[in-house]
Amino acid sequence: MDVSFLTIDINSFIFEPIAHEFMRKAILISILITSVCGLLSSFLTLKGWALMGDAVSHAVMPGVVVAYAIGIPLSIGAFVFGVGSVALIGFIKHKSRIKEDTVIGLVFTGFFALGIVLISKITSEIDLMHILYGTPLGIPLSDVKQTIFISFLVVFLLSIFRKDLMLYCFDPRHAKTIGINVSFLHYLLLTCLSLAAVVGLQAVGIVLVVAMLITPGATAYLLTDKFDELSIISILSSIISSLIGIYLSYWLDIAPGGSIVLVQTFIFLFAFLFAPRYGIFKVKQLLSSSK
Amino acid sequence: MKSMEFEKYRIEAENICVDYNGKVALYDATLRLKAGQICGLVGMNGAGKTTFFNALTGFVNLSKGKIRINGETLKTSQKDQAVAYVPQNEGIDADFPVNVWDIVMMGRYGSMNIFRSPRESDIQAVKNAIERVDLVDYSFTPIGNLSGGQRKRTFLARAIAQRASILLLDEPFAGVDIRTEKLISELFIQFKNEGKTILLSTHDMIHVREFCDLVLLINKTVVAYGDTSEVFTPENITSTFGGMSPDFLFGPES
Repeated sequence: MDVSFLTIDINSFIFEPIAHEFMRKAILISILITSVCGLLSSFLTLKGWALMGDAVSHAVMPGVVVAYAIGIPLSIGAFVFGVGSVALIGFIKHKSRIKEDTVIGLVFTGFFALGIVLISKITSEIDLMHILYGTPLGIPLSDVKQTIFISFLVVFLLSIFRKDLMLYCFDPRHAKTIGINVSFLHYLLLTCLSLAAVVGLQAVGIVLVVAMLITPGATAYLLTDKFDELSIISILSSIISSLIGIYLSYWLDIAPGGSIVLVQTFIFLFAFLFAPRYGIFKVKQLLSSSK
Repeated sequence: MKSMEFEKYRIEAENICVDYNGKVALYDATLRLKAGQICGLVGMNGAGKTTFFNALTGFVNLSKGKIRINGETLKTSQKDQAVAYVPQNEGIDADFPVNVWDIVMMGRYGSMNIFRSPRESDIQAVKNAIERVDLVDYSFTPIGNLSGGQRKRTFLARAIAQRASILLLDEPFAGVDIRTEKLISELFIQFKNEGKTILLSTHDMIHVREFCDLVLLINKTVVAYGDTSEVFTPENITSTFGGMSPDFLFGPES
């Protein structure tokens, strides 16, 4: 392992990577993508949709391949297959006696397998490894534009319907009672999930995009009792993770996707142990009792 | 002619049926309630009480029958904020990151703009509602730190803030302290005087006698419906609870 970074000073640790244009681009795009996933994560945590996030992010894969093969924007393919998988999950659950988690598991693995088969058969131009593990350091310019567009679209939608979505997660019956269109909100959240999965897979790949959709929200959930703070902490921890993750990947020469998610996991563990109210050690109580 | 008749009733449910994937939860249930009436909804677990509420809020679709609220369709009544639902404590995610103020404000969402940004009138409505349920000191307490009674009062405040003319309450007295129970019964009298209509489900027979003008006994369908004094008889109760003796249910006293 290259341990040369241990001997360098802090200035060059921070500034040497961003002297490269590709690194600046990678950092900015990763921050954007992980923030979007972080914001969405705060809703998924509250809705209890972790498994759904897992399912949709895998199910978009054949959509990405098909879209690439017929030359339409990847997001459209991902959207169709993402929402399609959820519709299929709902249909099978409705029409059979199989429990929901089993249905989710079998549908998304089926879609995922279809994606792998399609890649190997239809096109050799997509690198399977890139889709699986992400390429934040080498996203082509056309994808960058699309990523920025989708990211802002998701943030825009989540911001406009922020309070309605919060109510939908908290008490859908009340939402329905006062005339709020609950199924619209359901599909809105699903749409955002599919779109976030597409942009997320470019940064960290399909396998790890799930982590970006689950971990920041879970971390924030341990740290606050306020909904607004939940989103802010979720986004902040995402940004910090992608910054630290990319730097570590540069200096240690490790896979950036894995390193971003690993940092997120460590932040979660830290919150799990030391969160003031909900951590194992309840730091606040320790501090006040030692006074 | 027909519409004139509708106008007399706040709630009019006619022969409603609800099934979940072919399983019948409620059939041929009819209920008519006027302004200022309090009606108890009594039945076993699984007798269709929650389904009845779900039908009145539009949360489930009817497979048969029709519902009119204040003479209007459900869609219109939802837009008018006519019905408020106060859930059971068990139905609430107590770990959700919201406080009393947030929840009561949710009662105003239906009459706000798309961003749900509160106007001065909304803030005032929320303040008043929180005062009425005596939770001013807990306005910004997260829901997880409230007692069962305080939680119940929070959701009552949400219904008050909503300014609904019809209140549906699922087990309003279950798991609450004496103080809350007293406060809720005082509120019921105020609601009645304000002309609100209340439908409440309960397991407690004493509460039915105490508050309810009318009682609806159900077991998948209506077993008996009418004035409490006439309908709430040991025989009817026994048949509602599948042959169990009322003595067993609420003591020989009643």
